[in-house]
Amino acid sequence: MENNDIKISTNSLELFYGDIHALKNINVEIEERKVTALIGPSGCGKSTFLKTLNRMNDLIPSVRITGDVYLDNLNVYKQYDIVELRKRVGMVFQKPNPFPMSVYDNIAYGPRIHGIKAKNKLDEAVEKSLRNAALWDEVKDRLKQNALGLSGGQQQRLCIARVLAVEPEVVLMDEPTSALDPISTLKIEDLIDDLKEKYTIVIVTHNMQQAGRISDKTAFFLHGEVVEFDSTEKIFSMPTDKRTEDYITGRFG
Amino acid sequence: MPKPIKKSRKINFYYLKHEFYGKALVTFFGLFLILLTLLLVVFIASKGFSTFTKDHVSPLQFLFSTLWKPDRDLQSGGPVVGALIFIIGSILISVIALIISTPFSIGTAVFMTEISPRLGKKLLQPAIEIFVGIPSVVYGWVGLSVLVPFIHRVFGGLGFSLLAGGIVLAVMIFPTITSVAADALRALPGDYKEASYALGSTRWQTIRKVLVPSALPGILTGVVLGLARAFGEALAVQMVIGNSIRIPGSLLDSTVNLTSIITMDMGNTVNGTVWNNSLWSMALLLLVISFLFIVLIHKIGSKGRVQR
Repeated sequence: MENNDIKISTNSLELFYGDIHALKNINVEIEERKVTALIGPSGCGKSTFLKTLNRMNDLIPSVRITGDVYLDNLNVYKQYDIVELRKRVGMVFQKPNPFPMSVYDNIAYGPRIHGIKAKNKLDEAVEKSLRNAALWDEVKDRLKQNALGLSGGQQQRLCIARVLAVEPEVVLMDEPTSALDPISTLKIEDLIDDLKEKYTIVIVTHNMQQAGRISDKTAFFLHGEVVEFDSTEKIFSMPTDKRTEDYITGRFG
Repeated sequence: MPKPIKKSRKINFYYLKHEFYGKALVTFFGLFLILLTLLLVVFIASKGFSTFTKDHVSPLQFLFSTLWKPDRDLQSGGPVVGALIFIIGSILISVIALIISTPFSIGTAVFMTEISPRLGKKLLQPAIEIFVGIPSVVYGWVGLSVLVPFIHRVFGGLGFSLLAGGIVLAVMIFPTITSVAADALRALPGDYKEASYALGSTRWQTIRKVLVPSALPGILTGVVLGLARAFGEALAVQMVIGNSIRIPGSLLDSTVNLTSIITMDMGNTVNGTVWNNSLWSMALLLLVISFLFIVLIHKIGSKGRVQR
């Protein structure tokens, strides 16, 4: 095995929604500057797991979490300020969710709330983020227009650019292409491939081919447990667990 | 090829009974209401315009002169009806009410939707409904017996003042702005909040920089509705404003507005006189202003909708 730096790790992570035991004893290590895919049938806990990494589950009152999540060896739930954590761990959602403001203001939102006021610095951040999200050429002439006027695929890349503008280290993506057409999906996948040079990416996907195409490592979730976590190649060619094989070959799910 | 459906010459009684009667009934009510509105507008307009057509008062003089001597005798030059004092009174008092009420309303709307929806639903919503239900004469009376003496003692002056009128109106329009603003905030998709938190915003940053700006068209609609209500309110204002016909020099001066002068003078004037006609002109002016507010609300509403 190659020796890679571990960016995120979890230790006996358990999560309950009220009485429902949604995550059971999760112990995974996510490598830096790699794409890690989370696959599994609906309701298996993969999205829930993703949201424990930037504490988005904190917004839901009935959620109780035990165990630990570490980012750079510091405990996410005990040693981070939540604002600082979310600055370092950005998130892209299933449905493109740009704010109803201009393209420029959408991207500048993050830098602004984190205290950047100078116009030239904001301009710079906006251009850089849009370039990194492969959207600059399409929107450079309409930065002042409302972002909701963009196409779905453009909106999703805008949301990725908005996350990049905060200069995170980790980007979490929750089924980012499930609401998009195949061409837009392809563009996002190409983008993810570029982004992994700089960022650690964790992506939840329902699309097995997508996981196979873009990820380095894959975790298979079932009923709140991680059944198998290995290199994508191995998971898709010779999974150890029978359940993984069944899911990947489409026998259930 | 399907046969074209032939219209039966026989009257279908089943259709008549179960479809046509109901349809005819509601259509009648609908048309009646449209007719009533038109008649009302035509009536007020014909009365209101007679000041200019029959009495040959120049509309400019009516709108921009402060000279109000509707009972001056012919030897001294005849009656003059300049309504500027009333117009200014109405504008000032509505703006004051808006300045006082808007921050409270938006604050309350944010509190009841974002900070404590539970308290908002259990306590604030019923409280606001009570506010709406209180008749304006009660507002006026409370203003008269509490607010007017209070202003007199604390700030001096008569107590009957622009300020008193503005405060009473502010309380009266508060529920309008609050409930429309709260609806606008509630209607926002949860995505905005999630996206903002995920970028590392605090709750206040999310409210201030995302939620309120996103709901702004709705909030502005509430503000304009409040303004329209403030402009048209007569009784409560009349009871506390002092009704002296002059342009107020300060917040503590008494003055008069369009609605007050109409209610005060309409009983004392003879139908068909310049005086009476000029009151109708003011009523027409109020109608035109409320039309403008409605147009403004539609403009704001359509601006808020973004093409997807």
